[in-house]
Amino acid sequence: MSLELFQPFVGVESTPVRNEVEKGAIRKFADAIGDPNPIYRDEEYAKTTRYGRIVAPPTFSRTFDYGEIPGLQVKREGLIHGEQQFEYVRPIFAGDVLYCSTKLADVYEKEGKLGRMTFLVYEQKGIDEAGETVFIARSNVIYRG
Amino acid sequence: MAGRQFQPGDTIGPLVKPPVTKTQLVMYSGASGDFNPIHTVDEFAKEAGLGGVIAHGMLTMAFVGQVLTDTIGLAGDLRKFGVRFTGMVRPGDVITCQGRVTETRMEGEQQVVSCEVWASTQNGDQVVAGQAEFAVPIA
Repeated sequence: MSLELFQPFVGVESTPVRNEVEKGAIRKFADAIGDPNPIYRDEEYAKTTRYGRIVAPPTFSRTFDYGEIPGLQVKREGLIHGEQQFEYVRPIFAGDVLYCSTKLADVYEKEGKLGRMTFLVYEQKGIDEAGETVFIARSNVIYRG
Repeated sequence: MAGRQFQPGDTIGPLVKPPVTKTQLVMYSGASGDFNPIHTVDEFAKEAGLGGVIAHGMLTMAFVGQVLTDTIGLAGDLRKFGVRFTGMVRPGDVITCQGRVTETRMEGEQQVVSCEVWASTQNGDQVVAGQAEFAVPIA
């Protein structure tokens, strides 16, 4: 039943949302995950590296606003994050402006330990102001509706 | 700091993180924007059948990201990073992140390294398992 509910949204994409990558947000994220690497917080140090500026940790892109897939409503409390993948074209830098969007790439049902489960596959991406893709992320989410 | 070359079978890490705290889960909720109360409100998590708050899977994935970036260094680039969430992490758990190189190949002036990565609790329960690919310059 859930399958029929979600199927019409496969391939539907959100309108890209403008995200400014703030150095303070990167530092708070690094603090929360307990990673002391100075590349996430020390501008003077970052200048001495080949990047020349503060870089975001590998999973930081999950913090961005990706917009809403029009009409798709999923109760968040019923979700289990099953898998997460990232492909990086380049690092995300403090000061980047990224246009981020999400789409439902696939939906399928599978018999699991908890009975019949619905799997939602989301694909998210971030594109910089030059129009270049910076990263692509895929999430596999289990829906227990 | 170009330098380290990798071979199949080489180990990555381990990185042993300090015990996960409830404060950390609140900090991660704020930093990530994921305010699902199963990570911060014990009563809610109990009603959801979880027996209390559990850590965000993405927090544990970030721990594994740290062992990767520590290994790669600033001269290299992480290209791919993917995990399955295979177990729950609770406040008090001590997470160890590690990996193993599975394959290497040359690509111009870079060595491209594929590896398996995983994280486990103090009881040896695996909570995250995945793979990554990164490139490092040749010394």
